[in-house]
Amino acid sequence: MTPPRPGQVIAPDQAPPDSAAGSTHEDDLRIVGTPFRRVDGWAKVTGQTRFADDMTFPRMIHMRLVRSTLPHAFIQSIDTSKAEEMAGVVGVLTGKDMPEPFGILPVSQDEHALCLEKVRFVGDPVVAVAALTEDQAADACSAVKIEYEPLTTISSVDEALETHEPLIHDYGDEGNLHKKISLQFGAVEDGFAEADEILEDVMFYEGSTHLPMEQHAAVAVPEGGGRITLYTSTQTPHYVHKVLAQVLGMPASRVRVIACSVGGGFGGKSDIFNHEIAVAKMALVTGRPVKICLNREEVFYCHRGRHPVLMHLRTGFTKDGAMVAQHLKTALDGGAYGSYGVASTYYTGALQTVTYGLPRYRFDSIRAFTNKPPCGPKRGHATVQPRFALEVHLDKAAQRLGIDPADLRLNNLLPPDSITANYLKVGSIGLGACIQAVVDGSGWRERFQSLPHGRGLGLACGSYLTGAGLPIHWNHLPQSAVQLKLDRTGTVAAYCGEAEIGQGSDSVLAACVAEVLGIGLDDVLLCVGDTGLTPVDLGSYSSRVTLMVGRAAIQAAERARDRLAEAVAEKLDVPADRLVFAESRVFDSGSPENGMPFAEAVQQAEEKFGALATTGSYAPPRAPGRYRGSGVGPSPTYSYSACVIEVEVDPETGLYRVEHVWIAHDIGRAINPVLTIGQVEGSVYMGLGEAMMEEQVFRRLPKSRSSALVHKVPSMLEYKSPTFHEMPPVTTYLIEDPDPEGPFGAKEVGQGPLLPVIPALANAIFDAVGVRIDQVPIGPHMIRKALEDKEAGGDGRYGPKSFPDIDFGVPLMVPTPDEGGDGRATNTEEAGVRKGSGTMTDGVRKGSKP
Amino acid sequence: MMRLPVFRLHQPESLSDAMALLASSDGETRLVAGGTDLWPNMKRRHQSADVVVSLNRVAELSGIRGEVGGEVRIGATTTLAAVAASPIVRAAYPALARAVESISSPAIRNMATLGGNLCLDTRCTYYNQTEEWRTSIDFCLKEGGTICWVAPQSPRCWAVSSSDAAPVLCALGARVRLLSPAGEREVSVADFYRDDGIDYLTKQPDEVLTEVVLPPSDGVQMSFWKLRRRGSIDFAVLTAAVAVRRDDDGVVSEAAVWLGAVASAPVRSEAAEAVLVGNALTPEVITEAATATRKVATPLDNTDFTLQWRSKMVVHYVEAALREVAGLERERLAPNHAM
Repeated sequence: MTPPRPGQVIAPDQAPPDSAAGSTHEDDLRIVGTPFRRVDGWAKVTGQTRFADDMTFPRMIHMRLVRSTLPHAFIQSIDTSKAEEMAGVVGVLTGKDMPEPFGILPVSQDEHALCLEKVRFVGDPVVAVAALTEDQAADACSAVKIEYEPLTTISSVDEALETHEPLIHDYGDEGNLHKKISLQFGAVEDGFAEADEILEDVMFYEGSTHLPMEQHAAVAVPEGGGRITLYTSTQTPHYVHKVLAQVLGMPASRVRVIACSVGGGFGGKSDIFNHEIAVAKMALVTGRPVKICLNREEVFYCHRGRHPVLMHLRTGFTKDGAMVAQHLKTALDGGAYGSYGVASTYYTGALQTVTYGLPRYRFDSIRAFTNKPPCGPKRGHATVQPRFALEVHLDKAAQRLGIDPADLRLNNLLPPDSITANYLKVGSIGLGACIQAVVDGSGWRERFQSLPHGRGLGLACGSYLTGAGLPIHWNHLPQSAVQLKLDRTGTVAAYCGEAEIGQGSDSVLAACVAEVLGIGLDDVLLCVGDTGLTPVDLGSYSSRVTLMVGRAAIQAAERARDRLAEAVAEKLDVPADRLVFAESRVFDSGSPENGMPFAEAVQQAEEKFGALATTGSYAPPRAPGRYRGSGVGPSPTYSYSACVIEVEVDPETGLYRVEHVWIAHDIGRAINPVLTIGQVEGSVYMGLGEAMMEEQVFRRLPKSRSSALVHKVPSMLEYKSPTFHEMPPVTTYLIEDPDPEGPFGAKEVGQGPLLPVIPALANAIFDAVGVRIDQVPIGPHMIRKALEDKEAGGDGRYGPKSFPDIDFGVPLMVPTPDEGGDGRATNTEEAGVRKGSGTMTDGVRKGSKP
Repeated sequence: MMRLPVFRLHQPESLSDAMALLASSDGETRLVAGGTDLWPNMKRRHQSADVVVSLNRVAELSGIRGEVGGEVRIGATTTLAAVAASPIVRAAYPALARAVESISSPAIRNMATLGGNLCLDTRCTYYNQTEEWRTSIDFCLKEGGTICWVAPQSPRCWAVSSSDAAPVLCALGARVRLLSPAGEREVSVADFYRDDGIDYLTKQPDEVLTEVVLPPSDGVQMSFWKLRRRGSIDFAVLTAAVAVRRDDDGVVSEAAVWLGAVASAPVRSEAAEAVLVGNALTPEVITEAATATRKVATPLDNTDFTLQWRSKMVVHYVEAALREVAGLERERLAPNHAM
């Protein structure tokens, strides 16, 4: 079979079967698509929701961590003797008590619950102390004496490239580089040769953190029979469960993880953290329930936020604005540990191809280890940084080619059902409708380039996954599952491993079940995020929950409906296919009065079949890529967004104010339009924060006097995140074109709408005052500098000057579908794909059993 | 969470009891009013105390006395919310109302007091950090260390005076009353400060700030502009407070131009004042006066925003404040939707 070419419409027999359960109901949906109250809303606004820090147990003690005060050092000695004698102290742990390494990715098992031999950043935990009260634990922490042998501080990608000794880790692709990638899809140089214009840019995207309202907290409770339960603030109870069992050396069947309601995650609670493991170990050692709640500074040290990324982007365009070839280079400052970093590295290149036609593409990347808190996934993961670069780059291309930036994009949209040059299979694409909506809404055609000096409009687009196509631990198991238990009261209990992090996943689960069974949201009882009681869902990351949990829930509910229908059909003596489930009744569509309440239908079925329970599960379709690295990027379907921002800039000071945001999001179908719009607005807010002011930055003290490298502003006062004074009015458009892969046609909304916001601001500033700010966050001083530069005859740009000179070696060559490729690389040997680390989809390493 | 250390707290109900407690307490003794500065500082362990005497229950220290056109006295423990809401303050000293209303957030202003704001500890990004963080930089001159990390060659501490009320009160010629066992004295707000990040107040340890005394505001026109990242919560990185008196011809007879958050004390620009006095407030005169402030402010890299840009903003902000006083059109964009 010849693989489809980019832009080629996939024939129906190759397309995913139109099996998205619920699609047969589209005409008469009762809950899905209507604005309904979130099912957990009442408990949240009345203070009944129990967050991890609300959990309390008899005999519970409190734990604190002693953290490193040096950025990079060997631990010479740890003296806990004085702490152990202090009032109230019950237990003390050091790294030796938990020597097993761990990490969220099988290929980056580089963390320890407490540092063993060395510390790698200021804030790395070394000792855990538990006492009767938190005050006593804190006092005892102050009495712990740790002696260090300092090592060279590595504070940036440049320093990591220059420093061959010492190594922050004894693994990685090269020196202090954790990861080094070079991928080439098609004859890129031929593409550049065909170009009418070649544009080159160097851009920088500063790191930022998630800043959840809720600080991380966990409570571990030893149970009878050698079991332990961990209540924790996590997005990924399944992964916490796996790693906890691995490090504690216990059978997974003896470990239970319960994800409490999360007060904000945004990706920052998708790793397993040191404190979660240490608190569990402490509970096992002391035989008492143990709680830890991090303070705000410690949350900044947990981090796993947005990677600072330096980017070099070179693109060939035809004079019509079509891209013929692109070469993207990215350099990620990874911080001290692997975390999701290997995936992040690939993600800085993976989704460049899914919005506009791009026939040939080369992507080179490095991720460096530095002595800072580890970076990881933050809303949009690592696709946000290259999206910023691409969309500003396109704005410049439009300017140079004399094409309206909206038209440049509209004219070059990737067609639906394409396979991209890097072998991502996209489904429905609502991007054109998104662009049209924000162009119309903002008055773009009349106002762009026509506003008074100081006032400007900027447009940008974005796209994101609706769930990662591959699990973190490679296997063929379902990635989400739902079990339903129907009881005689008519209540349907839904069991699912999903984790409600505020995004509304509980409401999606309840809505899908209630919709199919024709019952009310109140009739669905949820039991979620409990590895002891619920079937596995991989967690709230990669925007996967609505699609995957939704599909599993619909399958389980349809199976239940079939059972009920069979029993009711027999009782009413009507064909099962004439039965309707609605209004908490089951009745004959031919004569609606002929029916019974839902509870009675359950009783009928229970009489006929015995106790009633059904299951549903979901695994994404297999992606076409077969090359090393192709595991990052595939998704069942992609969401699309477009954004226009209007900004007012004071050219004398560089201060600016965002006046309005118009944003359109291709949602497929909104399960709940109110929650959906909330997610869009939340993304606008977070995106503006990154565009305008948020930065996780560090102070390197003068090298002649100190080796210190400290987080500059680990507090909510000085880490600047917008208040609602800075939040402009937002107009949101939901573009609904149901996607066959989604539950009732739904795609993701939790992350995608963030992406276009950041470049839209940079582009708006250009329209306002005619200068290019090629880095974020955009400070007023940058605008002033650029204006001063322009006044002095310069090019009126503020941003990084160059990308480091890195030898990426021979890239892994993957012929594109257009070139007749089959998704495989042609030079795996020659490209010298490195051993040692590799990709997520690598073979199974220690601790990566499914 | 961050925990307070153990200390003894007194909550006297009269000023005389407070004075007696202050005189008789053993060990390090501190006064507290709203606690919005001291408590976080103690949690971070950069201020400590064996004994804390709270003035919050001393009724005689709270309240606003006087009337528009006359002398106005504001008790030291009057909350910022009460000062900002006071019809007298809003009518007679609108720049003070604006300054106070801009401080931090509504919840903080309900607790924080005017006296507390005047006594606010100087701030620095190397200092307002937890004890663990400061251990990581081996501390600094202001607390526990030997180096000022902002200016390592410098023998002094450069922490920043961050009171928003202070520059306005300086510009208005206000005084503070200080009570000690030895008696009572009044000093101008300007003399209440010393340009030293550590020893930033001229107040003696046994003195209690009891009252702020504002001279009659007749004929004084004033303005206050504040630069910070966000429209709420943030401390200023620059403030400009101006007050002028003009004669019938519109010629300036008296002028006061003060800057906040650019040094360890409020900074006066006599050069700008000299440009204004004897001239009408034309756009040209205003620009000249604003330009004259360039030399007095030497901010350092220990607040939000970049140093060079902050320095450049001084002129713009003084100009904006003076233009407002002159009734000229606003040219500068307020950086957020708040102002």
